[in-house]
Amino acid sequence: MCTVCGCGTDTIEGQSAIPGHDHDHHHHDHDHHHHDHDGPPVTRGRLDTGSGIAGVRIPGLSQERIVRIERDILSKNDGYAQANRVRIARAGCFALNFVSSPGSGKTTLLCRTIEALKDRFPIVVIEGDQQTSNDAERIRQTGVRAVQINTGKGCHLDAHMVGHALDALPLEPGGLVFIENVGNLVCPAAFDLGEAHKVVVLSVTEGEDKPLKYPEMFAASELMLLNKSDLLPHLDFDVSACMAAALRVNPRLQILPISARTGEGLAAFTAWIEARAAVCRVPA
Amino acid sequence: MHEMALCQSVISIIEEAARCRTFSRVASITLEIGVFGHVDPEAMLFCFDAISRGTISEGARLIVERVPGAGWCPDCRKTVVLTERFAPCAICGQHNVQMTSGDELRVRDMEVE
Repeated sequence: MCTVCGCGTDTIEGQSAIPGHDHDHHHHDHDHHHHDHDGPPVTRGRLDTGSGIAGVRIPGLSQERIVRIERDILSKNDGYAQANRVRIARAGCFALNFVSSPGSGKTTLLCRTIEALKDRFPIVVIEGDQQTSNDAERIRQTGVRAVQINTGKGCHLDAHMVGHALDALPLEPGGLVFIENVGNLVCPAAFDLGEAHKVVVLSVTEGEDKPLKYPEMFAASELMLLNKSDLLPHLDFDVSACMAAALRVNPRLQILPISARTGEGLAAFTAWIEARAAVCRVPA
Repeated sequence: MHEMALCQSVISIIEEAARCRTFSRVASITLEIGVFGHVDPEAMLFCFDAISRGTISEGARLIVERVPGAGWCPDCRKTVVLTERFAPCAICGQHNVQMTSGDELRVRDMEVE
């Protein structure tokens, strides 16, 4: 076995790997560009090529070695997200992660949705904003429990934060968990929080090409709510162009026009929630 | 700037690896980032430099390898090149291609001492 890197413990295709140590010592099937290594350590004027971490010296080899990692950068977040998902499922709850740019009307929409559903479902809300607890206050006025997460400089909620928020909330069987993410169409797309679905809210006062400009978010979502539909008569917003753009980045995306102000489309949205929540309640 | 959070994850993956294997310094780290990934490699380089200070990764070189987009076209029964997420099949023009690569966000390996 090579004592520098540990390679050669296996015999490959009938050959013992180590004699002569004639492998290229890169352990890669691609060209690699890492050849401005530092030299061996120099201590009090003594250069000792055998004093590295491996404690051996082999001519032509530096003390550096390659450690294969092969881990997703988001694996830590995804671990927390999976724990949240298991916890929410065990409690018999159904969670949605609401994402949008700032000012799309997410909080108003949530308040309206809660008013429509609170007699039939126990509901809890996790609010994410950089600063203030204004949104959680607005949610609490509907009579449901809400926890505000302030991310400070952070531009998204992560699964670890949501896990702590869940600690502070009662999860009742058959309940709904609404997570309102930080208003941002970029970063929250990457962070799984343990929700069943992402719901992206796009208001008609924004550009109809938003799905093409921020494709990741629309690709990650299950449902798009086209909010502020009551304003359509006053705007040049092209609904069909917007829907075509959204379906281009996500052909499986479901789309519902809605107005949190007038309540238009709200029944369709609550029916969408009820149908999916019912599936969650079927014992595994 | 979720690149900052992603770099923090890279650092903790490295530190976890350092706990179970013996090394004291990281010379370079290779990331695989798909061309459709929601990550700006330039921002990763910038953030990594800032966030690695005071860790065993301080001074390490961050190498970003882009992974090209590809997908499986069920109509052509072939893997085809994808130039954008949800692009149509380059052979038949249908929109049924399922992306198989281009979305990677991985720490592949690192060079340690």
